[in-house]
Amino acid sequence: MKILVAVKRVVDHNVRIRVRPDGSGVETSGVRMSMNPFCKHAVEAAVQLAEAGQASEIVVVSIGPKASNDVILTALAMGAQRGILLETDASLETLAIAKLLAKVVEEEQPDLVLLGKQAVDDDSNHVGQMLAALTNRPQATFASEIKLGDGRLEVTREVDYGRETVNLPLPAIVTADLRLNTPRNAALPMVMKARSKPLAVRPAADFGVDLTPRLAVEKVSPPAERVTGRTLGSVSELAAVIAAEINAMEAI
Amino acid sequence: MSVLVLAEVDNGALSPATGRIVAASAELGAVDLLVLGDAAAAQAAAAIAGVQKVLLAASEPMADAISGLLETLAPSYTYLVAAASTLGKDVMPRLAARLDIQPVTDIVAIESPNRFVRPIYAGNALETVSDPQPRHVLTIRASAFRPASGGNAAPVETLSTPVASAARFIAAHRTESDIPDLATAQIVVGGGVSVGSADGFKLIEQLGKTLGAAVGATRAAVDAGYAPNDWQVGQTGKIIAPDLYIAVGISGALQHLAGIQGAKKIVAINTDAEAPIAKIADVVLIGDLFEIVPQLIAELENQGLKR
Repeated sequence: MKILVAVKRVVDHNVRIRVRPDGSGVETSGVRMSMNPFCKHAVEAAVQLAEAGQASEIVVVSIGPKASNDVILTALAMGAQRGILLETDASLETLAIAKLLAKVVEEEQPDLVLLGKQAVDDDSNHVGQMLAALTNRPQATFASEIKLGDGRLEVTREVDYGRETVNLPLPAIVTADLRLNTPRNAALPMVMKARSKPLAVRPAADFGVDLTPRLAVEKVSPPAERVTGRTLGSVSELAAVIAAEINAMEAI
Repeated sequence: MSVLVLAEVDNGALSPATGRIVAASAELGAVDLLVLGDAAAAQAAAAIAGVQKVLLAASEPMADAISGLLETLAPSYTYLVAAASTLGKDVMPRLAARLDIQPVTDIVAIESPNRFVRPIYAGNALETVSDPQPRHVLTIRASAFRPASGGNAAPVETLSTPVASAARFIAAHRTESDIPDLATAQIVVGGGVSVGSADGFKLIEQLGKTLGAAVGATRAAVDAGYAPNDWQVGQTGKIIAPDLYIAVGISGALQHLAGIQGAKKIVAINTDAEAPIAKIADVVLIGDLFEIVPQLIAELENQGLKR
């Protein structure tokens, strides 16, 4: 089985982001960047399938500026075999990303495409589902367990009411939830080795996809600040506050 | 301008989120509501104020089947809308790609019929987007909108457009509980990793029961096995906006704060006065939760508070 994993370079999730004062967006220059955490779960899942003898090749793909080579190298150091960067400096919408990935799927013909469930910058949670639509493949989103058998996948999904198990024929698209696995840290020798693995860099514009944004971002603003409240001295005071709150609620 | 809303049906019953999505969508046009399930859920849907017509259909609970069904209905509508729930998130992007539309998802405010506000970066920034596409695929954050009232009696029309799925549904693993729905509860009590154990969480549940509240948990508490996954509140769990949120033993990691920023009032019970949650809470009580919570339950019960 051949697996394609899509990874995204995002502002590191531990960075406290700053909205630009002119409202044009979030400050991303000079900020620590890393692989989107959910993408790490997707790479780890692919590597585990390979280690179990169930995957023969893992190809990792990223779309973004030249610097996205970093996150591809991280995935290669975790165990992927080769990388593809679709290079562009433009900020692309999820539909354009999915269309580009669909072209890569057409070329590579993977049996399974793994993605993270969402990127922690735009928080969209679109691309896996869109790619499944564009390639006419079944999807299993928010996966917390993946089992392969007999040309089909059994996937357990994290859903609002608990979990559910679905069975998909291959080829399929799966997006990773937090609880799928614990991503490994690539050891230094692996990082050194990753540098000699093949990495193809291709301009995103060469894929014949219209990358023009459909939506206009008018402004980006910080959320309303919460003001620090008061500190109470006793449980009785707290009980009184809660009771007053509930009475006010029920009065409405 | 007509709107088709995909209803939330859980275990045969219409979910409380649906009324909120209908209320939000009514700002966009006349609302038809698609219900996947049985006649009882359709009747409950028909009672929601603002619903013009209920479409009842049978469908497999799989994204490809549901988006296929929506695709057959799409030509009659300007807006295709669902809740930003696991169902809406699963189905709507797939539908949008099929229709070649860039969707706008997790909307927390509708500024005009094609201007929407959505949070990015775990709620640390708000993005206002305008959507000039001729048709719109949207998901709406239920907790950001008030519910619609009832008393309507919209007509119910049964559809017979079976759409097959390539996938098969095998089993549901439901977290059984009689506590209110987390995403729409007016009061939520949340527990963090300091609660220490699954047994410790019983104390949180007991406080919840006293207040008629839903129970939430941080990712750390869920990862430690103290609480089920579907109680997780945060960027990657549920996003809530109750009138009152009581955070017990929660330090307030960015990821968790993303899930509670919409709460009207936040109460924090914590040992650490410097914890991030103490900085944003409206009311803070510093101390050991194992001493405070039982006393609090007793005080509230003494006051005759029972919901």
